[in-house]
Amino acid sequence: MTKELLYKYVLALGDDALIIGQRLSQWAYKGPFLEEDIALSNISLDMFGRANLFLEYAATLKGDGATADELAFKRNEREFCNHILCEQPNGNFADTMVRQFFLDAFNKLFLQKLIESKDEQLSAIAQKSIKETTYHLRHSSKWIIRLGDGTAESHAKVQSAINNLWMFTDELFESNKIDHEMVKQKIGVDCSLIKVEWDKIIDEVLSEATLSRPENSNMLSGGRAGIHTEHLGHLLSDMQYLQRAYPDAKW
Amino acid sequence: MSDKNMPTWEVFLQPKTGAPFQHAGNIHATDEEMALQNAREIYTRRQEGTCIWVVKTEDIVSSNPDDQESFFDPANDKLYRYPTFFKVSKKAKGL
Repeated sequence: MTKELLYKYVLALGDDALIIGQRLSQWAYKGPFLEEDIALSNISLDMFGRANLFLEYAATLKGDGATADELAFKRNEREFCNHILCEQPNGNFADTMVRQFFLDAFNKLFLQKLIESKDEQLSAIAQKSIKETTYHLRHSSKWIIRLGDGTAESHAKVQSAINNLWMFTDELFESNKIDHEMVKQKIGVDCSLIKVEWDKIIDEVLSEATLSRPENSNMLSGGRAGIHTEHLGHLLSDMQYLQRAYPDAKW
Repeated sequence: MSDKNMPTWEVFLQPKTGAPFQHAGNIHATDEEMALQNAREIYTRRQEGTCIWVVKTEDIVSSNPDDQESFFDPANDKLYRYPTFFKVSKKAKGL
């Protein structure tokens, strides 16, 4: 029973990393300028690396010869359990940076707690990932400040991105029965406990950026239960195309 | 983006702690923090360094190629500026 729950817990963490990695990879060769293009690709690769670690572990837990590739490329939309914030479209550069900032702040706090996990594998992945995420947060938060405290146009665009994406932020701190059981066994992270610190990071950066924090309204969730926005299906059809068209193709 | 908004910065990397900084190349950035981050993204992807310096290209003072003869050629017949020019006394110990 625990093994099954742990599998689902790890799978969800892998899906979060995989889907945001795929989204960021869509900026490759389209970045606003060369250096930022490379920065976004580097972050994307960090997230793919992390997805690989989680999904390989999930495959081991699943057994029956399952592989990380199968989990990534042969599940359909309803079987993915990433947070819906991760799958939101890249939009303009401000949309991407706001999505990234919300996720980086969450990931930093989440991974700090996951290091204390009783599960050695999860703790090891968290220890490796926290260094990357500390940098990601530095990168995205500076952009929020630069854009917010920049020109009238950049300010308007980043404020609009914050307003549009705010509805997806509550889901990050929700707990389902898998989370509850993992927290009880000191394997998982109690996300309700990191909300206060997340709010603090968001408020500090938004304040420095002269941006305002929206009120909570029409908050949306469901990703952990496989209920997604219309964007995930399109992302998967692109990401999974090769394995679907040429099953078991190898490099 | 115009050069006025995105000036270039020269990037220097220190390969190891205590080693001299070496010129790695240049990048575009609007401010110091972006310059450091872009330098990190472009030039340290393969763990090339332990420390980064960035300096605005316009702040570098360079000698003029036209000055090459007067700056550097006068040193070409002064072998005595190399330590190897001097004979070491056999009595000198601990060298």
